[in-house]
Amino acid sequence: MSDLDAFRAEIRAWLEENCPPEMREPARDEDDVCWGGRNFKFKNEAQKLWLERCVAKGYTVPDWPKAYGGAGMSPAEAKIWREEMNRINARPPLSSFGIWMLGPALLKFGTEEQKVHYLGQVARGEIRWCQGYSEPGSGSDLVSLQTYGEDKGDHWVVNGQKIWTSYANKADWIFCLVRTDKTNKYQGISFLLFDMTSPGVTTKPILLISGSSPFCETFFDNVKVPKHQIVGELNRGWDVAKYLLGHEREMISGAGGNDRLNTIGAVLNRSGLEDPVLRAELAQFDVDALAFSAMGEKFLDEIKVGKAHPAQPNMMKYAGTELNKRRYELLMAGGGSASLEWESEASDGGARARSWLRTKANSIEGGTSEVMLNVISKRILDLPGA
Amino acid sequence: MPLYHTEDQAMLADTARQFMADEGNIAKQLRHWRDINCQDGFGHGLWKQFAELGFTGILVGEADGGLGMGHVEAGIVLEEIGRNLTPSPFLTSSVMAATALGAASADLKGRWLPGLLSGDSVFAVAVDEGAKHRPERIKTRAERAGNGFKLNGSKAFVVHGGSADMLVVAARSAGSDDDDAGITLFAVPKNATGLSQDKVRLVDSSMATHVKLDNVMLDADAVIGEVDGGREVLNRMLQAGRVGAAAESVGVAAGAFDMTTTYLKQRKQFGKLIGEFQALQHRAAHLYSEVEIARAATIKAQQLLDAGSDKADLMVSVAKAKAGKAASLAVKEGVQMHGGIGMTDEYDIGLYMKRDRALSEFMGDQYYHADRVARLSGY
Repeated sequence: MSDLDAFRAEIRAWLEENCPPEMREPARDEDDVCWGGRNFKFKNEAQKLWLERCVAKGYTVPDWPKAYGGAGMSPAEAKIWREEMNRINARPPLSSFGIWMLGPALLKFGTEEQKVHYLGQVARGEIRWCQGYSEPGSGSDLVSLQTYGEDKGDHWVVNGQKIWTSYANKADWIFCLVRTDKTNKYQGISFLLFDMTSPGVTTKPILLISGSSPFCETFFDNVKVPKHQIVGELNRGWDVAKYLLGHEREMISGAGGNDRLNTIGAVLNRSGLEDPVLRAELAQFDVDALAFSAMGEKFLDEIKVGKAHPAQPNMMKYAGTELNKRRYELLMAGGGSASLEWESEASDGGARARSWLRTKANSIEGGTSEVMLNVISKRILDLPGA
Repeated sequence: MPLYHTEDQAMLADTARQFMADEGNIAKQLRHWRDINCQDGFGHGLWKQFAELGFTGILVGEADGGLGMGHVEAGIVLEEIGRNLTPSPFLTSSVMAATALGAASADLKGRWLPGLLSGDSVFAVAVDEGAKHRPERIKTRAERAGNGFKLNGSKAFVVHGGSADMLVVAARSAGSDDDDAGITLFAVPKNATGLSQDKVRLVDSSMATHVKLDNVMLDADAVIGEVDGGREVLNRMLQAGRVGAAAESVGVAAGAFDMTTTYLKQRKQFGKLIGEFQALQHRAAHLYSEVEIARAATIKAQQLLDAGSDKADLMVSVAKAKAGKAASLAVKEGVQMHGGIGMTDEYDIGLYMKRDRALSEFMGDQYYHADRVARLSGY
C-alpha cells in the first residue's frame, strides 16, 4: 500500500468514527452552516461536536501548517481529504471568510505574529470575519474606493462607508480596504484588520429579493485602528486585495464541490420530466456541470503546485457562477409551480425560490461576470487595451 | 491522480507538438493531399514517421511490441493532430482498431499488429449503418457457414475505409437489431470476397466509404474476442474512439482559438486593433473558458478510462459532448471574428470549421452524448 493509500485509509476510518450522522447530509441552507465566531449559536450538538473534533486534528483547515491550526496536509493529501469528505457527503465542519479569504492572504502577506494570532483563531472557529471592500460609489471599479484612514501616529482614524458587506452584522472582525494616500489611486490603499465592536462601527442589513439579508451597509465614524493591524505594507493593500480576490473568486466558483450534488439529476425529481425539451436542457446542463467539476478538480490540482495561470480563478468564477444560475433556472422550471412556494413548511420556507434568487448575486459579488471577462482578456489572453 | 500531465506525459506532449507542427502542419499535409486530390486523404509517409516515433503502437501492449501507454498519452498525440488538422489514420487504426485487437487471439494480433507498428498498415472501423452514430442498432448479419461466418449487410461513412488493409466490422450473430447481446466483431481483410466499398469525400477533405458486405466469407479465426459476446469489446473500442475524438476536438478548438486571438491582435479597424473592442474581448474570454473546461473534462475521462473506473463511461460521453460544443463554438467564433477573409479558402480558419464538423459526427455528436449522459444519470 502506498503512503497515500494508507493516508486515505486513515482518513476514511477517522471520518467513519468521528463524523456525526447528522453531519453527513448536505446543508439545506445557510442556517445549517457552521460559521463559528464569538456569538455563533450551534444548531445542534452534532454540529458542535463535529467542529470540536475537526479543530483538535487541524481538519478545519487541512492544508494549513500545523503551527497555525491546520493539519499540514500536502496537496495530494488535501485532495484525498476532500474526496473522502465528499464520499460520505460530510458537511464542512466550519465555513468562514477567515478560511477562504483572509487566511490565504495572511499566509502570504502576514507577519509571523499575525499568522500565529489570527490564523489560529480562524482555524478554531473563534472569530468570524467579514470583508470591507465595495463602497456605494465603488463596485466594479473597486480601486476608486474612498473610505479614508487618517494617520494619527500609532493608529489610523477611519471614516467612510462600505456596502454589500456579507454578514457584517454577525461578524466579529473585518478585513477592510482603506485609503491611506489620496494622491495615489492603486498605491494608496492599505489592508486593515479591526474589531467590529470598535466604537464608531455600525451595520445595517440590506433586504434582498430573496427575502434574506446576507449583506449590510457598514459605516465607520472615527474608528480607531492600531497601526500593527495592517497586513502587508502601507499603501500596498491593493496587492493583498487582489491576491485575496483570487481566493474569493475561487470560493464563489464552487470548485471542489461535490460531483453528485453538482448535476441537476441529483436534485431534481426526474419522474416529473415529461417535457422532452426540458429534459434536453437538463442533459446539456449536466454535460456542462460534470465538465466543470473536472475543471474544478484540475484547477485545484494545478493551483496547489503552481501550474495554474494566476488569473485562472477569474475564469473559474465566471464559468462557475454562470453555471450555478443556470442550475437554479432549471431547478425552478423542473419543480414547476411547487418551486414558487415562499413560506410553507413543505417547501422549507420557500428554500428553492429563495436560493434561485440568491444565485443571481453570484455573478455580481466578488467581481461581475463582465469584470471577470475583462480580466481574462487582459491577463490571460493579453488582448490589446484590455 | 492529479488532473495534469506527469513529467513523462509532458515530454511526450513536447515531442508530439514539435513533430506535428513541423511535419503534420496544414500546408504540408491537409492542403497538399487535398490539392492533389489524393484518394487516401492523408500521407503514408507521415504515417511511417508516426510509426518511427512509436505513435502507431501507443495503445498496443509492450508484450505485443507497442508502447503500452494509455488514453492520456493517445490523447496527447490527438490534441496535436487536432491543432494541426493533421490528416492521419491514427484515431481509427492506433486508437480504435488497436483497442479492439487488444481482445483478439494471439494469431489475429500476429497477423495485424506488425503492420500497424511499422506504419505499413491502416485500419478502419465499420460500426455505424446510417448517417448518425447509432451503435445500439446493428443490422449487419453474421451467420455461421463452413469453417466460419458469412457476413451480409452494409456500413455507412467508414472513415479511411478505402485505405484500410483491415476493417473491424461489428455484426449481429444472434438476436434482433436492437439487442445488446449477440454482437460479434470481425477483422475483415480489404480483399475479402464480397466486400465492396464506394468512396465519398467529406467536407473536411477526408475520405470515407459506404461498405457493402455481400456474402463475405470469413474463417472463424477472424473473430475478435467472443462470438456473440462482442458488445463489451465494441464498447471499449467506442470509448477509445470517443475520448480520442474529444482530445482531437480540444486540439481543433485550441488551434482555432489561438489563430483567432492572434488575429485580434493584428487586424486594425476604426484605427484600433480589433482585439481592443470589448464586444470581441468578452467573446474571446468566454471561448477560452469553454476550451479549458473541455480540456479538463477530456483528461478526466482519459484518466478514468486508463484506471478502469466504472465512472469512465459517463465521463467519456461528457468529454465528447463538451469538447464538441467547445470546438464548434471556437470555429464559429473564429470564422466570424476573421471577417471576410474567414470565408476564403486561402485562410486556414475555415479548414478548422470543416474538420470540426466531421469530427463532431464521428462516434456520436454532442446531442447523442448529452442524451447518453441523461440516460446514464437515470432520466
